[in-house]
This record gives sequence, structure tokens and C-alpha cells, in this order.
Amino acid sequence: MDSMFEPLHLSRRHLLQLAGTFASALPLITVRPARATPAMLASAIRNVVGEAHVQAGKVRLDIPPLVENGNTVPMTVSVDHPMTPESFVKSIHVFNEKNPQPNVANFFLAPSAGRAQVTARIRLADTQKVVAIAKLSDGSFWSATVDVIVTLAACTEEMP
Amino acid sequence: MAAALVNVPAKARRGAVIEIKTLMSHVMEPGYRHTAAGEVVPRDIITSFTCRFNGAEIFRADLYPAIAANPFLSFFTTASESGKFEFEWIGDNGFVATASAAITVE
Repeated sequence: MDSMFEPLHLSRRHLLQLAGTFASALPLITVRPARATPAMLASAIRNVVGEAHVQAGKVRLDIPPLVENGNTVPMTVSVDHPMTPESFVKSIHVFNEKNPQPNVANFFLAPSAGRAQVTARIRLADTQKVVAIAKLSDGSFWSATVDVIVTLAACTEEMP
Repeated sequence: MAAALVNVPAKARRGAVIEIKTLMSHVMEPGYRHTAAGEVVPRDIITSFTCRFNGAEIFRADLYPAIAANPFLSFFTTASESGKFEFEWIGDNGFVATASAAITVE
């Protein structure tokens, strides 16, 4: 019986066990990437803007630059553009780089809004870029990008 | 079960830009978390929010799992006439919740 506790014996058994766990875990990893990639971010943006050129400016994205808890991050997007029936902000789209999905939210505004500003609380799974894009009634797109450092990630914790 | 909290000014001057704040109690389970046993917790989120004023849509939002639990949304509108705001949240598993608020414009 004592021989079971020999270092060599133990390590071989552990190695086999480890190999078993690893082999069964492998398909899980390959099913889907755990997070959105910059390529997914780019294609999500393409889905919204199509072939249009996105200019930097006009949009202001307020997010704390250092977030302690990624589960609830206050975010305000405002667009420096008048809201009149002739010329207004049609929609605001928010994207992220590294959550499991690249989309955060789409907001659709009416000219009667008076002010193109929306606030929400979002989840961030990692330190990453957040992008807000505004679509104006003339068809032009404007964007703002903010880098956010997240110390406690959302979406990854286990259920109790 | 579904509890909504809506904040609209009761009175406003004609032409004033007012802020509307809404809060809906909901877990917003993103569908990416696992139990200790390794099973994926199925997605259960609110996917759509709409605000109408006297029947006309004035604000709409598509929500994704990246929206925090108990979604809070705030946005603006111009007070043009007295009337009623109607709010509607629609989500997974047949979730529907509504709320309303009246405003007097003088």
C-alpha cells in the first residue's frame, strides 16, 4: 500500500488524469471564442454603417477610465448636434472589443428628443475599447472611442 | 415580479427639454456564465425598450447581454403638449412589462 504514495507513481497517475481532463475540455474551447475579437468588433460596426465612412468627432462617450466592477459601468453618450426635424441624430450604436459579443446597445432617437444624449449601465468583461457611433439624418456617421481599464470582469464568474 | 421605476417631471414648460429616467428590475442573465457543474446558464435578457408619447414612438433601444442587470436608461425629449408616456420592455422567455407616466405642459 505504501507504494501508492511514491512520488513517481503519484505523478504518473496525475499526469493521466490531467491528460483526460484536458482532452475533454478541449472541444469546449474550440466551439466558440470566449470573447469578441477586434475582427468581430469591426464586422459589427460594418453591419451598422455599411460602406459609409465613419468620421471621428461630434460624439462624446463618458465612461470612467478605471472601472472597479465591470458588472455595472455607467455610460453616457452624447452627440454635439442639434435636434431639429431637418437635421437630427437618428441613432447611437455602442460597441465593445472584448465582451463575448461586440454589441452593447442601439438607441434610436426622434427629432423631438431635443438633446442627443443617452445614459445606460453596461457590462465590461475585460480592459478594452468601447466605441460609440452616431448616425445623423443626412446619413453621415461619427464616432468616439474610449479605453477602459476593468479590474473585476463581468460575465465570467460562476453561478453560486 | 417585474418592477419598473420611471421618472418623468409631472409639469414642464412648453418647449422645455426634459430628461426621462427608467429602471426595470431584471437579472439580464447574459448566457455566458457557467454553474459550478459546468453547465451554461441560459440567456435571459431584455432585448427591446420602447418609449411612446401619445402613441408616437420617441425613443427605442435594442439591448444586448452587455447591458447591466436591472437596466437603467435615461434619455431626453421636448415637452410639446400634455399627454402620456408609455414605456414597454420586451425580453427573452416572453418577458413583457409596461409602465406609463403623465405630464402636464403649460
